[in-house]
Amino acid sequence: MALPLAAAPARAMALGFSDVSLGFALKDRLLPVLEGIDLAIAPGAFVALLGPSGCGKSTLLRLAAGLERPTRGQVLEDGRPITGPDPRRILVFQDPTLFPWRSVWKNVAFGLEARGLLPAEKGRVDAALALVQLGGFAEAHPHQLSGGMAQRVALARALVNDPELLLLDEPFGRLDSLTRLTMQTELLALWRKVGFTALMVTHDVEEALLLADRVIVLSDRPARIVAEVTVQKPHPRRRDDAELIAQRRFILEKLGFGAEV
Amino acid sequence: MAEIVGSGLTDSRADAAAGRAGIWRDGWIASLAWLAAAAITIGLPDVIPWGSRDLFAGLLLGGAALFALLTAATWRRGGPGERLRHAGPWFIALGVWLALWELSTAKLGWLPKPFFSPPQGLLHVYVTDWQRLGICVLYTLRLWSIGFAAGVAVGFVIGVGLGWSKRFAYWGMPVLKLIGPVPASAWIPCTFFFPTTFHASLFLVGLASGIPVIILTAAGVQQVSRAFYDVARTLGATERFLVLKVAIPAALPNVFVGLFMGLYASFAVLVVAEMLGAKYGLGWYLQFQTAYSAYVNVYAALIIIALLCAGLVKLLFMVRDHVLDWQKGIL
Repeated sequence: MALPLAAAPARAMALGFSDVSLGFALKDRLLPVLEGIDLAIAPGAFVALLGPSGCGKSTLLRLAAGLERPTRGQVLEDGRPITGPDPRRILVFQDPTLFPWRSVWKNVAFGLEARGLLPAEKGRVDAALALVQLGGFAEAHPHQLSGGMAQRVALARALVNDPELLLLDEPFGRLDSLTRLTMQTELLALWRKVGFTALMVTHDVEEALLLADRVIVLSDRPARIVAEVTVQKPHPRRRDDAELIAQRRFILEKLGFGAEV
Repeated sequence: MAEIVGSGLTDSRADAAAGRAGIWRDGWIASLAWLAAAAITIGLPDVIPWGSRDLFAGLLLGGAALFALLTAATWRRGGPGERLRHAGPWFIALGVWLALWELSTAKLGWLPKPFFSPPQGLLHVYVTDWQRLGICVLYTLRLWSIGFAAGVAVGFVIGVGLGWSKRFAYWGMPVLKLIGPVPASAWIPCTFFFPTTFHASLFLVGLASGIPVIILTAAGVQQVSRAFYDVARTLGATERFLVLKVAIPAALPNVFVGLFMGLYASFAVLVVAEMLGAKYGLGWYLQFQTAYSAYVNVYAALIIIALLCAGLVKLLFMVRDHVLDWQKGIL
């Protein structure tokens, strides 16, 4: 279904990692973070990345956002190499990172303003705020919002630009468990409504299985893909679904928690 | 909803205040103190006579009458009445202080001429010399406003450059570290190449106010969280947009700290700068009157300087509160 904000129907992006490796230069040596990642994500897919903390999941997102360059291999958008940040690929961080000096409305308007589109497309800001049910908070400042509201503003700030790829870096990691459940449902509804490609980093196995079509399991640093699970269960999914529980056990074993859980 | 509850609370508090508002006791005491000061001024003979004695006594009487009137009036709710009440002890202290000052100088002569003056002496300066003082105030304000505005504007631009550009910082930071700590007044001997002393004074005021702005602005821009830049870049911001819409707004709280430091530094050199051979200005006035041992005039000018500086500080606070409105509730 087309994004209600856009004149033209939204497009989704195909994302590819082709033998991608990345290392960070430390004082005396090169710290390998990613090693030989091969991954192809179809347009409109919802993919979750799972892995131990500090394994380089976020770096994978930063590569896709164009904020980092791989030391080897290529990151591809619709088959073309990614060379820098672009508003068609937007990253939403664990911390909402709203600009505290801007009102909610102006935070959401940031991307349009940066590209000089704001004067012509003011209505899209209101539409994006309505989409995340924050129409009444346009004039509030970020510090007046709860954690869940702030993260919804961050989502609106991303979605107003009609991204073809939404990169989510543990977007609900800092929220309390009830707010997190609400936000998961809302994100899923937005994804189905708008149709962007979604790549989400999480360390919540249940969250990954509840939202994604594909769950990619990464190893400890340097990160390699150790397993991939395809979730075929149609939405809405139930947490206590037998098939999902079996997949959850499989993933946890891959992450090294087989015996304890 | 919170607002309604809040205003309800203030209402009940104001009503309670109005309940015991019958008598403003401090107002009566202040009125009496001012009346006593007036009686001393007129009633007792002068050991050291000064001009404007009767005018001073008249003002004291007027003050006493005003306090009596304000006391009689009933004040409801917050606002001016509340603030008046709060200042009550100060009005009393002022009356007592004026009475003691009058006694110790004009009436008993404990504090000798020409170093001390009774209050009517100061008043007399304002009455007789107000034209020259007015011109001096205008000259000083002209020097301060041009010097401060230029120093702050240049300092801000340099500060943003130092904070943003690594190459600019490479060349600029060592120079700043070398020049920054030098007190602006130390440059006085080197100002001979300016066409006029006014230009030299402008340079000193600008330098004094600009240096702290440069340092704090540069630090502010450097401290902006990288996450803000990452977000902005993924949203399509160009470098120019990053500077104008992320780096500068994020650094503004720091910039204002620099502005306040620059403001105080500018006051410090302002008066000194005017002693460099200016024709008018409060600094010149101080120097000129000291040479004639006219200490009353010096005091009168000092009071004006104090009010002027305090007023400018207050003004900057108001500008800051307006510009950094978004910080309310964070700090």
